[in-house]
Amino acid sequence: MLGTYFTFPELLIWIPFITGIIAFFIRNGNSVKTFAIISSIATLAVSVISLFYTDVAHHPEFFYYNNVSYVWMPYIGSSFSVGMDGMGFLLTFLTALAFPLIFIVTNKSEYKNINSFVGLLLLAQAGMMGVFVATDALLFYFFWELALIPVYFLCSRWGGEKRIQSTFKFFVYTFLGSLLMLIGIIYVYMHTPSVSPDSDHSFYINAFYNAILSPRQQEWVFWLFFIAFAIKIPIFPFHTWQPDVYEQSNYPSVMVMSSVMVKMGLFGLIRWLLPIFPAAVAKYDHFIIILCIIGLLYASCIALYQNDLKRFVAWSSIAHLALIGAAIFSTNRLGLQGVMLEMLNHGINILALWIIVDIINKKTGVRKISELGGLAIKSPALAIFFVIIAFANIALPLSNSFVSEFLMLNGIFDFNKWYAAFACLGVVLSAVYILNMIQKTFFGKSNELAEKAQKMSTSQFIVLSVIVGAILFLGIYPDPVIHLTESTVSGLLARIPLK
Amino acid sequence: MNAIILSALWGVVMMLGGVFFKKSTTPKYWAIAGIIIILAGNLLEFFGHPFFNVDTKGMLRFDSFGLIFNSIAFISTLLFFLLNGRDFEKIGIHVSEYFSLIFFVLCGVSILSSFNTLLMLFLGIEILSIPLYILTGSEKRNLKGNEASLKYFLMGAFSTGLMLMGIALIYGGNSLGSFYIDAINLGSGHLSVLIGVGLVLILVAMAFKVSAAPFHFWAPDVYDGAPAVVTSFMMTIAKVAAFVAFFRLFSTSFGSMHYQWQTLIVIITAATLLIGNITAVFQISVKRMLAYSSISHAGFMMFTLFALNTTAKEGLLFYAAAYSIATIGIFAVIIKMSDYSIEGFNGLGKRQPLLALTSTIFLLSLTGIPLTAGFMAKFYVLMAAVKDGHQLWLVIFAVICAAISAIYYFRVIQAIYFKDPVPGVNENIAVSQGFEWILVITAGLIILLGILPGLVIDWLYY
Repeated sequence: MLGTYFTFPELLIWIPFITGIIAFFIRNGNSVKTFAIISSIATLAVSVISLFYTDVAHHPEFFYYNNVSYVWMPYIGSSFSVGMDGMGFLLTFLTALAFPLIFIVTNKSEYKNINSFVGLLLLAQAGMMGVFVATDALLFYFFWELALIPVYFLCSRWGGEKRIQSTFKFFVYTFLGSLLMLIGIIYVYMHTPSVSPDSDHSFYINAFYNAILSPRQQEWVFWLFFIAFAIKIPIFPFHTWQPDVYEQSNYPSVMVMSSVMVKMGLFGLIRWLLPIFPAAVAKYDHFIIILCIIGLLYASCIALYQNDLKRFVAWSSIAHLALIGAAIFSTNRLGLQGVMLEMLNHGINILALWIIVDIINKKTGVRKISELGGLAIKSPALAIFFVIIAFANIALPLSNSFVSEFLMLNGIFDFNKWYAAFACLGVVLSAVYILNMIQKTFFGKSNELAEKAQKMSTSQFIVLSVIVGAILFLGIYPDPVIHLTESTVSGLLARIPLK
Repeated sequence: MNAIILSALWGVVMMLGGVFFKKSTTPKYWAIAGIIIILAGNLLEFFGHPFFNVDTKGMLRFDSFGLIFNSIAFISTLLFFLLNGRDFEKIGIHVSEYFSLIFFVLCGVSILSSFNTLLMLFLGIEILSIPLYILTGSEKRNLKGNEASLKYFLMGAFSTGLMLMGIALIYGGNSLGSFYIDAINLGSGHLSVLIGVGLVLILVAMAFKVSAAPFHFWAPDVYDGAPAVVTSFMMTIAKVAAFVAFFRLFSTSFGSMHYQWQTLIVIITAATLLIGNITAVFQISVKRMLAYSSISHAGFMMFTLFALNTTAKEGLLFYAAAYSIATIGIFAVIIKMSDYSIEGFNGLGKRQPLLALTSTIFLLSLTGIPLTAGFMAKFYVLMAAVKDGHQLWLVIFAVICAAISAIYYFRVIQAIYFKDPVPGVNENIAVSQGFEWILVITAGLIILLGILPGLVIDWLYY
């Protein structure tokens, strides 16, 4: 029985990790691509099966199922412990889903040293899985960094001309953030109650939740964690690395980063920040929500004037993530439930946007919005897919984002009406910039560039169909996701006022 | 005791052997045999089988901390010999003598890890330093090397003078009139003027030996001027040995008055981290960059003196191992090159994939990325400092410096993997199969220690 000898979290880490290492040694370009697809589909299969074992109703506790712990460094109270709660199931599923789609859709793209490329992508997947399932703070930090290193190599080695500088900026930013978080982790660790006879303190997550920190201590350690997560998400004013990196990197890496990697930051906020520093959250929530809303409006305005498709998607992503950030700090049931749903939805929608941009870029050879036009005439299927995906980004009813953004705005409204008003303005702006972009690229006058556009390939068609299917399904029936993450939200809310 | 006597004996053997060795490769094998014997002797002593029973009147004390450090130093030296033993031939013709000097340094190392009186500390420092002065200038026709040697010698002699003065003051200042470091321990009273001045003088002298700012000025020139083989050894084993002595003296003698002099350490640590890291960013030569980065690593090791708790003790041992092995590894690659500039590394990933991969692992370890020993080392020293609980801003300052260190280490990684090779620069890096294997083992050791730091630390509680 799957999950008996190895628990699901372990399988989800080790399958991509081991196949990733094997991929480095496969010389043949086509077989390594096939190998990657098989590996990622195997991970997806494990993830889907794990969803049948969530058993939410019977175990409302945190980390009720598939929780496993191995002795690792007993002398400092750290262990290799992994486990999944509702949010863990959701985000591992997103990670498992995104990779096969990315591998299939970019199957025809050619990259030099494809074996290292694929291997690094799979290692990145292993790292991200680890982040989402780690229940030991030190292990969490390990995976947090391990997800970064392959992405650093991916973005530096394959991409545009300025890729090395922009990726390096990203790396130093995140590395600094991580190190600050490491200090935070050590500091909280020093204040955890004694749990085992071996050591005075523990890195286990429940020990962290029970750490004895005075409000004054919380108030400054809070920032050590927050900066690390804010850089990753990114929250204004820590966002400056993102447009450059997204512009310069290759498509598969950007897809991984924007669809899965940024969720690491959001996940970190929910799992490691809110429950450990409730007093600090109560003190700084207004400030951070204001930062998020500034970021939302600012990014939306910049997206309006972007001429480069990649930068355009980057800024629109910053805007969406800012809204999620604001909803997280509103710390109420509706907002957080919306966040859970939106993390999955944003992952799917942004992936779809990148796929479309990739297809346009590959076919016409340009990314400038001003040079494109009338693509819909030559490739109507692409236009239909794109319009649906764009509507999902604007959060029109029937699309997946409608439900989640509605919930999030509701949460922000409960927190403060004025903030909600400004956040809604951001949603309106998103409609403006996305529709503007569609109009300029797909409709309007056709030019010779559009003539080059041919039919989509079968694999692209299948992937986009799957994504559009998911968008509609989650738009009409989001209940399974909400049900899955209900216990996480309740657990979180129960922990916050208790302190 | 085993290590001290065996290494001194082997130094003599190597020196006399120089007369009889016909082939230039012979000394290398003798040296490797010697270091294995010394390592085995040290391990046997650790497990309770000393060969020699010399009554030192308590002037030397062999505890697990010192013996474990000896083992780390000898294992690092063994790796160093295996990787770069042949490269001593590049320096000059007296290969056997260079090895013999290194064995004398190891004798000093073993004394520094087990001294129990200030006199032994002084002897250890001198036995460690004098062969290094010679080795720095061993490339006789290299003017830069001669300059470095003279500079090192003059400044070293000056710091030795300061240390002697400090020792004299402490001897006069403590009520027992004792040289024994545990007898100096004065409880938690106030520092008297004599002891205080003596402490500061010794602190300055030791800071000089470990190249901590503002007493670091000799380090970049000496490390850059000396032959690369010697630099590799000086920067690692000799330096961490001085750190172990530093820690041993200050935790035993002055540990109880810790908070009266901690501010001095804070200033030294902050200055060392800042100067080491900022200057390293602007270096063009990788060798010189590593010289400055070794100053910044000294800053991290200073945290153990800042904290002086059990975690600091574990951290120092682990840092010594992680830092020595990674630096010896990266230097092994540099020594094989003819051009030491960063451009020299351009396209190494294409020319020599294995050297590229292992160098990357060593550099990642020096940066402190998880899964490498360097991360656990930084983690331990930072944990020691947070545990101490004072001056937490210093810890945050340190991690900012660690992020800066990523800039210069990753510049080399970028050159290795993302830049195209420059024609005519380091085109023919000839390495043997054996070298590659040892390099892989060294890199494997880095990763192994990064996953299981207990392999070193557990022995403290054996």
